[in-house]
Amino acid sequence: MLAPVTHILPLTTLRRERLLPVPGRVVVRLDQKVNPVDVIAEAVMGTEHVLYDVARAFGVRPEAADKMMRVSNNETVQRGQVIAQSAGLIPRTFRADRDGRVVAAGGGQVLLEVGGGTVELYAGLPGVVTRIIPERGAEITFIGALLQGVWGNGRVDTGLMLPLLSQPDEVLKPGRLDVSLRGSVLLAGHCGEAAVLQAAAELPVRGLILASMSPALIPLALQMRYPIVVMDGFGRQAMNAVAFKLLATNVKRETTLCAEPYDRHTGTRPEILIPLPAGQSPAPPRDIEAFAPNQRVRLCRAPHLGEAATLLTLLPGLTTMPSGIRVPAAEVKLESGEQIVVPLANLEILG
Amino acid sequence: MPASLIDADSLLAIDIGTVTTRAVLFDVVEGHYRFVAIGQAPSTAAAPFRDVSEGVRQAIENLQAITGRTLLTNDHKLIMPVQNGLGVDTFAASLSAGPPIKTVVAGLLADVSLESVKRLARSTYARVVETLGMNDQRKPEEQIDSILRLRPDLILIAGGTDGGATRSVQKLIEVIGLACYLLPAEIRPVILYAGNNALAAEVKSALEPLSSALYISPNLRPTLETEDLQPAQRILAEHYTQTRRRQMSGLDELNAWAGGMLVPTAYATGRMIRFLSQDSQNGILGVDIGASAVSVAAGFGGELTMGVYPQLGLGESLPGLLRYTSLDDILRWIPLDLPADVVQQYLYQKALYPGSVPALPEDLAIEQGVARQALHLAVQAAARDFPAGVKRLGAGLLPPLDLILGGGGILTQAPTRGQSLLMLLDAIQPTGCVTVFLDQNGLLPALGAAASRNPLLPVQVIESGAFLRLATVVAPVVSARLGTPVLDVRLVDQSGNETRLNVKQGALEMLPLTPGHSGRLFVRPLHHADIGFGPGRAPAQGIPVSGAVLGVVIDARGRPLRFPADHVRRREIIKKWLWTLGG
Repeated sequence: MLAPVTHILPLTTLRRERLLPVPGRVVVRLDQKVNPVDVIAEAVMGTEHVLYDVARAFGVRPEAADKMMRVSNNETVQRGQVIAQSAGLIPRTFRADRDGRVVAAGGGQVLLEVGGGTVELYAGLPGVVTRIIPERGAEITFIGALLQGVWGNGRVDTGLMLPLLSQPDEVLKPGRLDVSLRGSVLLAGHCGEAAVLQAAAELPVRGLILASMSPALIPLALQMRYPIVVMDGFGRQAMNAVAFKLLATNVKRETTLCAEPYDRHTGTRPEILIPLPAGQSPAPPRDIEAFAPNQRVRLCRAPHLGEAATLLTLLPGLTTMPSGIRVPAAEVKLESGEQIVVPLANLEILG
Repeated sequence: MPASLIDADSLLAIDIGTVTTRAVLFDVVEGHYRFVAIGQAPSTAAAPFRDVSEGVRQAIENLQAITGRTLLTNDHKLIMPVQNGLGVDTFAASLSAGPPIKTVVAGLLADVSLESVKRLARSTYARVVETLGMNDQRKPEEQIDSILRLRPDLILIAGGTDGGATRSVQKLIEVIGLACYLLPAEIRPVILYAGNNALAAEVKSALEPLSSALYISPNLRPTLETEDLQPAQRILAEHYTQTRRRQMSGLDELNAWAGGMLVPTAYATGRMIRFLSQDSQNGILGVDIGASAVSVAAGFGGELTMGVYPQLGLGESLPGLLRYTSLDDILRWIPLDLPADVVQQYLYQKALYPGSVPALPEDLAIEQGVARQALHLAVQAAARDFPAGVKRLGAGLLPPLDLILGGGGILTQAPTRGQSLLMLLDAIQPTGCVTVFLDQNGLLPALGAAASRNPLLPVQVIESGAFLRLATVVAPVVSARLGTPVLDVRLVDQSGNETRLNVKQGALEMLPLTPGHSGRLFVRPLHHADIGFGPGRAPAQGIPVSGAVLGVVIDARGRPLRFPADHVRRREIIKKWLWTLGG
C-alpha cells in the first residue's frame, strides 16, 4: 500500500525552483551562495488600476472618444497629463489624476495601472544557485538536514537554533523566554499560551519550532512576523522522537525555517533546513514509498498521536479496531517498547 | 428482461475521490447486469504524485485480486474490449479529487440571476471567491483588481432575461474582459456565459480571446419566473473535468478510456437521483459525505436540486467548518463528556490527515458528530433550493421523501448499521414515511457515470438490490408534549405475525422485519400527527414495507430534533437511541 511520507533526514539534497509570478529580472548568478531572505529576482508589477470612461465624460459614443485619445497602450503617463482631448474651438481635456501606465485603451475607456512596485523573489532556502531560469528565477540546491512539519505560518527566517526543552513533551511557558534568546531560532515542545508567541515577538526571535500547538493560537500565530513550524500536530503532543533527536543533535547550528503552509495538492510543506557540509551530493528525499516492515513511522491519530514507531508487520485482511471499524492495519513498536496494532491509514513513513 | 436483449457488456467504473480511488466492476449475470466487485486504493491525485494513474492502477489490481479476472496488461494498460476472456467491454469514470475550483460569479439582480448563478456554482466542486452584481457599489476598477488578485479558475456569468436587459450585462462583460486581458495568458480562467441569449454572439467575440475557454449556455433565467440550470450544469461538468485535466496527470488517459465521458462525481450522482425521482411520488434524496465535499442531490419528479459543499467536507476544509457552525453544535451530537477543545483539535488534526480513521471509540464519536453536523448544514442549505411547490409537513422541515440514499466513508465504514442509520436520521431529520438505503460500495457515482455508456445497466443494478436497505422510517410531525402517545403502530409480516407498538413523542423505536421479508404497517396517528398523508391520516390498508437490516424504525423524536438542555441527560438519550438501533 502506498504510504504518505514526511521527511526527517539528517543529510539530503534538495533542488527547488523559485519563480516570479510575472517575467522580470534575475539578480543572482550561477553558483552564487544564497540565504533564504536574499532576493534572487525582481519584477515591476502594478498593484491597482484606474478606469477612465472618456466617452461618458465627454458625452460621446465610444468610437468618437477613441479618436480623441492622446495616449496609447503601454505608455507611461504622469499625473495631469492629457489622456484625451476633444476637437472644436474650445477643446475639452481629460487628464490623468495619477501616475501610471496605460494597460488598455479602447471602447471609449482607458485603463491605467497605478501604484506600481517592485516584487522581490526571495531564495526561500539556503543553498547555491545551480540553474538560472531567464526572466523568471533560479534553481537553488540545498545540502543538509531536512525536517518537514505539519503547519507553518507562512514566514521564512534563519538563525542559530537554541533548545528550550530537554524532553520532547515539555510545555513552553512565557517565563522561559529571555533576552539571551534574541535573534535565535527556538526549539520547543507544546505551546498553549498566546503570551508565549507574544513574548517571542517582543524579543524578537528568528523562529519557533514547536512539537505541537493549541489550535486556538492559529490566528495569532499567523500574525507573527517570525516563522513558526509545528512539527507534529494540534493539541498537547510531544515531539516525535526521530525529529527530536535530529534537532537536538543540531542545536547551535544555523537553521532556516521555511514555514510555508501545508498544501496537500502542491506538496508544499513547512520545513526546517539545517545546512551541513557534505563531501558529495547526498541522496534526494524519496517522496514515494510503500509500507514495509522495519520502516520508521509516525502515528497521526489517537492513540499515541504523533509518536514515532517501527513498523513490525503488515496484518493480512482487515482488523477490527477498538472503535469497531474494520480496516487494513499494521503492528508497530513504539519508542517505549510497547507493541500496538494501528490502522495503516493512521501511519506515515518518516524518512 | 430476456437475456437476449442485453448486450453482454461488462463495465469497469472508476471513481477518484480525495482519499480513495474505487474500481467497480459490473457484468451480466443470468441475463441481468449486476455489481460484481469493488477494488479500492489510496488516491494519488495530490502531491507527491499529482497523477491519478497510480491510484487507479492499484484499485484495478485490487479488483483483479478479488475477482481473479485480468483487466490490465503487464504494462498497466486497460484491456478493452474483452479479448479471450480478459479485460472489460466498456469503461466509465468520475472524479471529485482536487481543491475546489476558485469561481467568480456575476449576475444582475441579487435575487434573480445572481441567485441562479450561485446555485449553478453550488452544483459542482466550486468555491465562490467573488460576486459581481448590479448593486455592487464598487468602482469597475476595484472589481477588476479583485479578479486580478483572486486569479479565479472559472467565471460564471448570468443576467438579463432573454430579450431583456443588455446594457447592464455588457458592463459586467467589460469588467470581466478587462480583468482577463490583464491576467497572464496561461492563467486566464474558463468563462461560462448563461445570460441573455441576445448577447451570446457579442460575449463570444469579446471574451473568447481573453479566456482559456469560453462556453455559451442557454440562459439560466430565460424569464424572471423560470430557471433552467440543467444545460449549464452539463457544460460546467465538462469544464470541471477539463480544468482537472490541466491540474492532474493521468486524467487524459482515463478520459480517453471513458470515450470522453469523464464526469464530476457529484454530477454522476445527480444524474442517478434525477433518474430515480422520475417515478417517485415524493422526492428522492442522495447524500454523500466525502473528504472533498458534502454533496446533496434531491430529485422531485425528475427535477434535480444539486448542492456540493466543499466547505463542509470532512477533509482539509474541516477547520473552516467552524465558520458555519459552533463547537457546541457539534458537541450536541456526541454521547461522551468531551471538552470543546478536544473537538477543535480533532478538526485540525483530521484536516492534516484526511485519510486517517478513528481507532478509538472517543475518536469515532467525535468523527460521527462532526459528520452529522456537516451533513445537517448541507441538507439545510440544499433544502432552501428545493422547488417551491414541494409539499412540506411544517415550516422549515424537510419535505416527505420516498427514499434516502446515503454514501461516503463515514457512513459505510461505521462499525454498525445502526450508527449509519442514526447519523442519517439525525442529520437529515426526514419527515413522513421514507426508506433509507446505504450505498455501501459507493456505486451511485459509478452508476451515474456508466449511465451515459449503458443506460440499462444502472436500472438493472439498482433493481438487483445493490444498495443496502437500512430501514423503513416513519417520522411523524406533531405538536405534542414529550411522552404523549402520537402513533399506534401495528406491523403484520407476510406470515401474519403482528407486532404492536404505542409510540410516544420523543421516542425512537424499532420493529424488526428482516431482509427478504415483507409486511404491512398499519399506523393510527394520534393528536393529528402527520406521517405524510395529512394530519391524523394514514392508509387504512396499511403501508407496504420490505424487510431491512434495521426493519421498521419509528422516529418520533420530534422535528426539528431538540436535545435536553442538561448535558448528562442529552448524552444518555443519544446512547439510548443508539442502543435502540443495535448499538
